[in-house]
Amino acid sequence: MERQLTSDITLCVNGRTNELRVDNRTTLLDMLREQLSLPGTKRGCDHGQCGACTVLLDGRRVNSCLILAVTCQDAAVTTVEGLSSRTSTQLAAPQERPALHPVQEAFVAHDALQCGFCTPGQICSAVGMLEEAAAEGATLDEPEIRERMSGNLCRCGAYVNIVAAIEDVAAQGVGAR
Amino acid sequence: MKPFAYQRPDAAGTAVSTVAHAGAAFLAGGTNLVDLMKLGVTAPDLLVDVTGLPLRQIEPLPDGGMRVGALTANSDLATDPVLRTRFPAVALALLSGASAQLRNRATIGGNLLQRTRCRYFVDVTKACNKRQPGDGCDARDGEHRDLAVFGTQTPGGGPAPCVATNPSDLAVALVLLDARVELLTPDGTAQMSVHELFRLPGDRPDLDTNLPPGALITAVVLPPSPIARTSTYRKVRDRSSFAFAAGSVAAALDVADGTVRDVRLAYGAVAHRPWRAYAAERALRGAPATVDSFERAADEELGAARPLRDNEYKLPLIRNLTVGVLRGMTEASW
Repeated sequence: MERQLTSDITLCVNGRTNELRVDNRTTLLDMLREQLSLPGTKRGCDHGQCGACTVLLDGRRVNSCLILAVTCQDAAVTTVEGLSSRTSTQLAAPQERPALHPVQEAFVAHDALQCGFCTPGQICSAVGMLEEAAAEGATLDEPEIRERMSGNLCRCGAYVNIVAAIEDVAAQGVGAR
Repeated sequence: MKPFAYQRPDAAGTAVSTVAHAGAAFLAGGTNLVDLMKLGVTAPDLLVDVTGLPLRQIEPLPDGGMRVGALTANSDLATDPVLRTRFPAVALALLSGASAQLRNRATIGGNLLQRTRCRYFVDVTKACNKRQPGDGCDARDGEHRDLAVFGTQTPGGGPAPCVATNPSDLAVALVLLDARVELLTPDGTAQMSVHELFRLPGDRPDLDTNLPPGALITAVVLPPSPIARTSTYRKVRDRSSFAFAAGSVAAALDVADGTVRDVRLAYGAVAHRPWRAYAAERALRGAPATVDSFERAADEELGAARPLRDNEYKLPLIRNLTVGVLRGMTEASW
C-alpha cells in the first residue's frame, strides 16, 4: 500500500487562511510555533497535562500538543496572538498599544502571572471557559472557576490572581471575543 | 515518533475495512493515542481518522433510554440536559475526568478505549506485560499505589501478569447502568454490554477489552431504568481536580420503608476492568437501609480483593466511599 507520510491542509489561524504541507506527525502546537511563527502558544509538558498549549479550535479550548495538525483541515484556530486586535508579531509604539481582549486586560490589571510561561494557555482557556459557562448558564464563583480551569497549571503558583482576574471578567458579563 | 500515513474516510464501512490492515489504528480525539505515539508505546503505520463519520448524535429514546454516538465529545454529553436527568452518574463521571480542554476533544468511544496510565506501561524502558507480553511486570514490586486490588491473582492463586487499572470514569458509570456498545466489525454490526467489553488480564494482559479485532464502537446505548435517575458518582484523587482516581464509586439506590428495594454499585480504579460490585448488591437487596448494612455489603465485596504491597489503603477508601455515598442517597430520599 502506498504510504503518504505528509499531507496538504488548509486551515484558518487568527482569521488568516493558510495552506500548508505538514508531516503527519506534526502537532497543531508545533505547526503554530514552527511553521506559522506564532510562538505565543507554549509547549509545557507536551502530554496534555499542563494546559500551556491551550488554543481555541473551532471556538473550543483544546490542548494543541495532543492534536495532529493533519486532522485540522478546514478548522479555525485562535491563539493568544489572535485575541487582541493586533498580532504580537507586529511591533507597536507604546502609544499604539493593541486593544487587548478583556481577559488579557484583567490578567494585566490583577498581575495574574509571575514568569508568564503558562499565561497564553491560561488566557485562551479562560476565554473558552467563559463561553462554556455562559452556554450552560453556570454561575462562576471562585470554586467553580478553579474547577473549570484545572487543566491549566501554573508552577509559579499565581492561581490567586488568575482566579481573581477571571472572576472580574465574569462579573463584567464578558463572555465571548 | 514513527512516520505514519493518514486517511480520513467518510463512511464507517471504509474505516473498518481500512483498519483491517495490520499496523492501522483508528484515531478519534487522539488525546490518549497521540500521547502514546509520542511516548513510543504504540507505533501505527496508518491512522484512520474516524472524526468525519456521522456518529455525534445524542438521542433520547422514547423508552426512557439514550443512544450516544461514539464521536460525541465528552463535554457535549456531560452537559446534555436529558442525560443529566435520566443518567446523572454518567454526567458526574464525565465531569470528574480529565480537564475541560481534554473533555472538549476526547470522544465517548475513545474514552472507553483509553489505555491504562500505569507508569510502567507508558515507560518503554520498563518491563510491562501489557506492552510486551512475556516481558514481566515492574509494577508488581514497584510504585503501584494507584493500581489494582481486585484480580491481582490468577484463579490458581499465582500473580496475575498485569496489575494495571482501567483509567476511565465514564466506564464505571456505564457498567453501573448496564449500558451497551454498538459496534461495526468487518463482519457487520454487533453489540455487547460495557461490562462484557472489559476484561481481567488473564493470559492476554495486552488486551484491555473483548472487542472483536478491527471493531469500531459506533454508539453507546443506555437502557431505560427508573433507578438510574438516582444514580451518582464520587471519585477520590490525590488533588481536587484533573487527576485519575485513587478510587471511585458509582451507585444507584431505591429505598422504600427503610428497606433497600434495589441497588447498583460499581467501583473504579480498583481493577483491570470497571468493577461491578455484584456481591455487595446481593448483600444489600432486601436489607435495611442502614450504615450497618452498607458496611457489611462493602465488606462482602472487598473480601475478594488482593491488594499489592502499597495499595491496601484502597480497601478502607472504597469501603468508606460506599457507605458515604449510599448513606447520602438514603438521607436524600427521606
